[in-house]
Amino acid sequence: MTQRLDLRGITKRYPSVVANDGISLQVQAGEIHAVLGENGAGKSTLMKIIYGAVMPDAGEIAFNGQPVRIKSPQHARALGISMVFQHFSLFETFTVAQNVWLGLQSSWSLQEVSELISDKAQAYGLEIDPSRPVHTLGVGEMQRVEIIRALLTEPQLLIMDEPTSVLTPQAVDKLFEVLKRISAQGCSILYISHKLHEIRELCNHCTVLRNGRVTGVCRPSEESNESLSRLMIGAEPPALVRHVQAAGQTRLSVNALSLSAMEQFGMDLKAVSLTVCSGEVVGIAGVSGNGQRELLMALSGEDVRSSPQSIELMGQSVGAWGPRQRREAGLHVVAEDRLGRNVVAEMSLQENMMLTREETLSARGLIRPQALFEQTQHILQRFQVKSNGPQSKAKSLSGGNLQKFIMGREMDAAPQVFVVSQPTWGVDVGSAAQIRAQVLALKREGCAVLVVSEELDELFEICDRLYVMSQGRLSPSILRQDATLTGVGVWMSGLWEDTHASTPS
Amino acid sequence: MRQLRLEVRSEPSEFWRWVSPLLALLITVLVGTVLFMAMGKDPVRALMVFFWEPIKSSYALGELMVKATPLLLISLGLGLCFRANVWNIGAEGQYVMGAIFASGVALHAEPSWGRGVVVLILVVGTFGGLLWAGIVAVLRERFNANEILVSLMMVYVATMVLSYLVYGPWKDPNGYNFPQSKSFDVYTLVPRLVQGSRMTWGLPLALLGAGLSWLFLYRTRMGFGLQVTGLAPMAARLSGFSSSKNLYTALLVSGACAGLAGALEVSGPIGQLTPYVPVGYGFAAIIVAFVGRLHPLGMVMSALLMSMFYIGGELAQSRLGLPKSLTGVFQGLLLFSLLICDTLIYQRLCWIQRPSFTLPELTAGLAARTSAIETQGH
Repeated sequence: MTQRLDLRGITKRYPSVVANDGISLQVQAGEIHAVLGENGAGKSTLMKIIYGAVMPDAGEIAFNGQPVRIKSPQHARALGISMVFQHFSLFETFTVAQNVWLGLQSSWSLQEVSELISDKAQAYGLEIDPSRPVHTLGVGEMQRVEIIRALLTEPQLLIMDEPTSVLTPQAVDKLFEVLKRISAQGCSILYISHKLHEIRELCNHCTVLRNGRVTGVCRPSEESNESLSRLMIGAEPPALVRHVQAAGQTRLSVNALSLSAMEQFGMDLKAVSLTVCSGEVVGIAGVSGNGQRELLMALSGEDVRSSPQSIELMGQSVGAWGPRQRREAGLHVVAEDRLGRNVVAEMSLQENMMLTREETLSARGLIRPQALFEQTQHILQRFQVKSNGPQSKAKSLSGGNLQKFIMGREMDAAPQVFVVSQPTWGVDVGSAAQIRAQVLALKREGCAVLVVSEELDELFEICDRLYVMSQGRLSPSILRQDATLTGVGVWMSGLWEDTHASTPS
Repeated sequence: MRQLRLEVRSEPSEFWRWVSPLLALLITVLVGTVLFMAMGKDPVRALMVFFWEPIKSSYALGELMVKATPLLLISLGLGLCFRANVWNIGAEGQYVMGAIFASGVALHAEPSWGRGVVVLILVVGTFGGLLWAGIVAVLRERFNANEILVSLMMVYVATMVLSYLVYGPWKDPNGYNFPQSKSFDVYTLVPRLVQGSRMTWGLPLALLGAGLSWLFLYRTRMGFGLQVTGLAPMAARLSGFSSSKNLYTALLVSGACAGLAGALEVSGPIGQLTPYVPVGYGFAAIIVAFVGRLHPLGMVMSALLMSMFYIGGELAQSRLGLPKSLTGVFQGLLLFSLLICDTLIYQRLCWIQRPSFTLPELTAGLAARTSAIETQGH
């Protein structure tokens, strides 16, 4: 049997970095092959090369034993290579069938396409109604549309880019069944991820990348999380030390907050109530797009339409206060969008300090550059941010380092209440562990911490108490030791009223 | 086969940040030379008129400053606007309104008010420009009206008001029916800076403005917030900078600057209100602002350069019989070549080997493609 895909010595250099350095990768027909690596390891570049979006500087590609030079994504699809991206490209106002139809380069009618979709959906267990408008679909369903779209080109190789980052645990299980069926039909799958347990569960083979090179090829089923992690980051992440401490008095409470969405296709908040006490870390789990963004904006003061009493900070009604006033009262916020919201990409780190820190202003309110420089320098050292100093532009930092800077900027202010969304999104394993340890350190100092995250593992690791958000509503809270992955998964679908309030099973 | 391509730099080049304006000036001069030759003029003499005559004597230098003053003042305000991502294109109208408001005071002043009336004239003129820009701000804030269109249209309204006044109520009764106001009384004029030159106290005022603008942009939290709003509105919001406050600040300050420039002009070099008050300073200042990289110091330099073009254009008309619109051609050329040259700050030009395909490769690719399409279409 010939190899489906055979890469030899693929190299791609960018002006400042070698993204791929002599990478070789072999995928057999009908296997699910994992490409494992941290952010920045070179996974995306390699996939873009296979999909024809980027031309390699050196190296050879053979597809089904034939040497090929993949010139464009169209060419890749013609060869039989399809890709499902992490971010969907669907028009919200169109139906499923219309969206799929738009992406096809053939003369099928809309009716024929609808039938093809139903056929594929049945063959692979991807239940979807072709006539539904996309904006009524959940994220998992949108992903199914993308998979069906990919399958319609009858691919021999399907590339899945971090497909589970937006799914509930139940939806992940379903996706895995689908992928196993697809591979059983002879289609190879390249599965890109940095989640170790998924790869161990799903994949036959695994190629591990680090800093643009292959650091190992293995059978994931024969490896442990620790050994895979060693291959991926070169070391095991340090274990977190959790301190059990009694929660203090309530510092932040949200009382039956209801808000209509400000953005089109945003989520309305429906009677959201929560409390966060001094010395505890409270988590909000849930697939993003279920109202987390809207809740965060109401908490930060970006959205001040809520009634004064619906948000209480340190016992004061702050619903109508702006972000600066809330910050002065001790609330610091890290939003989910790094560039453009937490920092200004084109500005230097020290300028970005001024977005939320005002200690270095003189008595007359003038900026003191030297003091600002020193303050920034202090943050960079304390939180081990790799950069070219306080004067370097925010956009010149890697995602992980920028996140460390942002988290550092807010945590260094010693907030009374700290609200953070996706604290380790797109951050490498080492930095993520460091950030989580710092969040726990903040909690020990008595800060009330609220973490909004899609990563259940992360929430289970650092939180004392969990809420689950679904369709703009917030579940009752549950202590971490009482919560199970499956239980929270059920809640993520909005089904907490059926189960017993405090012990989902 | 080799081809020329632009490749993104990992860091913007400091070298090209400085050299780019000089290269742009060089290109402008070269294209200008070709232009002069095509018109049958001696290019060396023509270039002398543009680049040497305006600086060769102290009087010429003074004239250079006279024209640079309004350009600098207006561009300082526009610089704030553009940094805040507010596109005020109508500085010309705000300038005209400043001139009208100032003239209103000057024409109705009594000698008994004394020399202090000059301050009043300037303040009221400033207010006129501020008011005109304020209308744009309100329309944008309340009704989300596009400030580019509104501010531009307001220019034409302002010139209409000017025409009405000089053809109607404010026409000089002893002016042989010319559409102009009576000449302002001497005590209402802004004092000259030195004898024998038309430079007024407007020049140090504009330079002071440049200093204040620098202080505001780089040393105050408010100026910082203005820039954040322009670069990343979401970040400004999370940080707590109000976008409407920034909109008003940017528009009102730039309107005030343009208004002051208009007031200084009518109560200085011109000395009366005429239909020829608007000469395009408000539009030229847009170029001044960008050529000066929206930096106060840069704008001082570019205001001088643009003023040179104005004077050069006038001299070219009188000395060489060239059309005056050459001024506009030069201004446009400079901005155009600067924008081109600025590409080199972020990108580098390089020769690269173009990938070439051998015939067998091409046919193999084609065969694979057709077979794939066949299997797909069954």
